[in-house]
Amino acid sequence: MENTEIRELKVRHITKRFPGVLASDDISLTVGRHEILALVGENGAGKTTLMNIIMGLYKQDSGKMFINGEEVNFKSPNDAFDAGIGMVHQQYMLVPNMTVLENIALGMKSCWKGTWVDLDSVRSKINEISEKYGLVTDPDAYIWQLSVGEQQRVELVKTLCLGAKFLILDEPTSALTPQETDELIILLKKMSSELSIIFISHKLNEVKALSHKVAILRHGRVVFEGNTADYSSKDIAEMMTGHKVNITENNEEQVNGTPALTVKNLCVKSDRGFYALDHFNLEVNAGEIVGLAGVSGNGQRELAEFLNGLRKCESGTYTFFGTSLANKTPGEIIASGMGYIPEERNVEGIVPSMTIKENLILKDSESSRFSSHKILKNKIIENYAEEMMSRFDIRSPHINFTAGSLSGGNIQKVILAREISRKPRFLVCVYPIRGLDMGAAEFIHRQLLELRTNGVGILLISEELEEIMNLSDRIAVIFKGKIQKVLKKNEANTKQLGILMAGVKDDE
Amino acid sequence: MMNNYKLWFKISVIACAFLIALIAGAFVILAVGGNVFETYWIIISMPFRNFRSLCEVFTRMIPLTIIALGICVSSRCGINNIGAEGQMYMGVVASCAVALHCEALPKFVAVPLCIIAGALAGAAYGFIPGFLKAKLEVSELLSTVMLNYAATQFFLFCIRVPLLDPNEKTGTPMSSRLPESAVLSKFFRGASLHQGIILALILVAVIYVLLFKTTWGYKMRAAGASERAANYGGIDVPFYLIIAMCISGACSGMAGAVELMGVQGRAMSGITSGYGFSGIVVALFAALHPIAVIPASFCFGILLYSQVNLQILTSVPPNLVETVQGIIILIIVSVQMVINNPYALEKFRKRFFTKKTGLTEV
Repeated sequence: MENTEIRELKVRHITKRFPGVLASDDISLTVGRHEILALVGENGAGKTTLMNIIMGLYKQDSGKMFINGEEVNFKSPNDAFDAGIGMVHQQYMLVPNMTVLENIALGMKSCWKGTWVDLDSVRSKINEISEKYGLVTDPDAYIWQLSVGEQQRVELVKTLCLGAKFLILDEPTSALTPQETDELIILLKKMSSELSIIFISHKLNEVKALSHKVAILRHGRVVFEGNTADYSSKDIAEMMTGHKVNITENNEEQVNGTPALTVKNLCVKSDRGFYALDHFNLEVNAGEIVGLAGVSGNGQRELAEFLNGLRKCESGTYTFFGTSLANKTPGEIIASGMGYIPEERNVEGIVPSMTIKENLILKDSESSRFSSHKILKNKIIENYAEEMMSRFDIRSPHINFTAGSLSGGNIQKVILAREISRKPRFLVCVYPIRGLDMGAAEFIHRQLLELRTNGVGILLISEELEEIMNLSDRIAVIFKGKIQKVLKKNEANTKQLGILMAGVKDDE
Repeated sequence: MMNNYKLWFKISVIACAFLIALIAGAFVILAVGGNVFETYWIIISMPFRNFRSLCEVFTRMIPLTIIALGICVSSRCGINNIGAEGQMYMGVVASCAVALHCEALPKFVAVPLCIIAGALAGAAYGFIPGFLKAKLEVSELLSTVMLNYAATQFFLFCIRVPLLDPNEKTGTPMSSRLPESAVLSKFFRGASLHQGIILALILVAVIYVLLFKTTWGYKMRAAGASERAANYGGIDVPFYLIIAMCISGACSGMAGAVELMGVQGRAMSGITSGYGFSGIVVALFAALHPIAVIPASFCFGILLYSQVNLQILTSVPPNLVETVQGIIILIIVSVQMVINNPYALEKFRKRFFTKKTGLTEV
C-alpha cells in the first residue's frame, strides 16, 4: 500500500461506546480524492473519537473502514501512517529544545541507520516537501524559537515527510492568530490539489472558506452531510447546535460610569526579562466592557496577571475604585472586588484534582458564608454548589466530581459561576471562549452582558475580533505592550482593527 | 456511590502491591536460605499468638501513626517531608530535657508539658525547611535530608554531654531514666501498650478534621494540588507551606516524645528505630488519608514486630524485614502511577462495577 494514492476513505457504521457514553453512533462517512471534508460539531460531539478510531488509537466496537474499497484494520497509529494517513493533533507533539530537523527525524524510521541518524536525507526530504507545498520552514531553528503558527507548519511538514497522503487536522486554527489562520487556509486549499483532508473545526467561517463537503456530528451521530457551498454559516450553526443560534451582541447604549480601573505608565516585565508592558495606559469605567484586541504575546498575559496581583510591576500606578492596588497580593485584590477569568483555565482557574464543590469556594473559603471559626460549613457549601450547577448549567454527574475531568466548556462555567456569584465590582476575562463550542460561548457571553447591565466593569482580552466587536463598548488595541488606539464601538471595523493589531499606527 | 469504585480500585491496587512485595520478599528469603512459608507464617501469626504480642504491635503503631499523620499534612500541601527522623530526634531531646526537670511536678502536668516540648522542638525543626522552601525555593528533599544528619549528630552530642546520665559508669551514652511523673503509664501489667495510643487516636481525628473540615486544611490541600491555582485564588501559598511543615514536624516531635516516655524511658542512641522513615511509607501506604493511616500502620507494626520474632525463632536475619520494607517502598512509588492512571481505573470499573451500577456492558 506504500505508494498508492488514497482515492477514497470510507467508514461504515462505526460505533464506539465508552462507559455511559455513546461516543460514535453508527457513523458512515466518505472522503474522496483531493477532497476537503469539514467535520463540525460541538465539544463532546465525538469528532476526536472518530478521528482516533481512524488513526488506530481506539478500536471501534463495530463498523468497518475501507481505503480504495479494501477493508483495513489499523491496530496502532503506525498502521495508519503506513497506509498514508497522518494526523496533526490539537496539542503539537514537538520537543521544544530540539531543532525542526531533529524533530522531524524523530518520527522518520527510514532515516535511522542503526545508531546513526541520516540527517541529510531528512533535510532533503524537508526541502522537497517545503518546495512542493510552499511550506516555508527553517530546518535549523529550535522549536522554542518558533511561534505557534510556525510550529504548526512544522507539524504539517513532519506529517507530510512521513508520507501522508491523507491529512487529518484536529482544530488546526484554535491557537492561531487571525493572520496565521488566513495563511493556513490558503495553504490547505493549495495542498488539496494533492491530498485529501479531514478538517475538524467549530469555526464556521473557516469551514465555509475551505471545505468542499461538510459533515455535522451531534451526540456521536452524523446529523447532516452535504456540499458546503449549498449552505450558509447560519444553516450549519443551527444544525450543529440543534437550535436557533442567536449571536450575543451588546446593543445597549454606553453608560457613563465612574472610573473603575485606571492604569497609568505601567511597566511590567515578562518572564524572559524584557518589558512586556511599556508605559501602558488604560481606563475602564463601571458598567462598560472594554475589549482589548491584540495578537497574543503583546503583553496581554502580563497585564492580566499584574491586575490580579500575580505579577509585580516595575513602575506605574494602578487605581481601582479610588484605591491603589499596585503590587498588592492576589488575596488583597480579590478582597477589593476583583474577579478574574484566567487564560489557562485548566491549570490556573481551577484546582484540577479537587471537586467542583471545592473549586467553587476557592476564593471564599474564609467568608462567613462558607465557614465559621475556620470550620467549613459543608451542608451550605453543598447546597451552594448544587445551586451553581443548575444556574450555570454545569454538566457533571454530581458536585463531588473532580473539576479537572470536566470538559473545557464546563470548566469555564465552574470558573464563571465562582467569579460571578461572588458579585465582583470588576471582571478581567482572558480569552473567555477559546476552544469552547458555540453553545457554551453564547452562554458565557450572555452572562458577561448581564454583568455589564448590573454595573460591573469588564476588561475583555481576546484575539477574536468578532467576539470583541460584538461585546465591547470601547475597543483598545494592544501592540508590543502599548495601546495603539482606543476606538468607540461604532467607529471600529474588523479591517481597521486587524491593521492596528499588526502594529500599523493610523494617523487620522 | 459514584466514588465507590475509585476507593475499591485504590484498595485493590495497594493489595496487589503488597502481594508483589511478598513475592519479591520470598526470593530474598530463599536467597539467604530461609524457609519462605515458615518466615511469612511467623511474621503474620506471631502478633496474634497472644494479647501481649498484639500489644507489642500496637506499641509500634503509636509512633508510626503519629509520624504518618504529619506526613499526610505536609504531602497534601505539596511538600515532601523526608525529615521526620530528624524532627523526631529533636522531639526526643526537648522532651527528655524537660522531663528530667519535672520530678517535682504531678503527672497530669508533667506528661503534657513533655509532649508539648517535643512537639514544639519538632515544629521548630520542621519550620526550617518549610521556610527555606517557601521563601528561597530551596528543595525540601535536600534540606530535610541534610537536617536529618544534623539532628542525629546533635542528639548524640546531647546524650553524651548535657543529658548524660551522671550515674552511668560503663560509658554508654544515654540520659538518666525519666522521673516517674514523666512516664506514660502502661495499660496492662506485662504488656508494652502505653497511654500514647490515646494521643495517636486523638491526633487521627484532629488531623482528619484539620485537613477536610477546616479552611486551613482546605487551603493547604489546594496549595498542594495546584500551587498556581491556589495563588490565583488568593491563597498565601508560602504561609501554608510553612504551617504544614510545622504541623508535620510537630507530629514527628510528639512521636519522639511518646516513644521516649512510653517505651524507652531514657534517651539513648537508636531511639527512633527508623520510625521517621517507616512513617513516610505508612502515610504513602494510606494514600495520605488520616483514617487509613490506622490500618496502614497496623500492617507496618506487624512487620516491625516480626523483626524480634525472626531473630528468636529462625535463622533468617531480621534485617530481612527492612529489605521487604524497601521493596514495598519501591512498589508503592511505582503503584502511584497505576493509581493515577485513568485508563486503568476505567478498565477496573468496566470489569467489576459495570453491572452493579446498572450500565450495560457492550
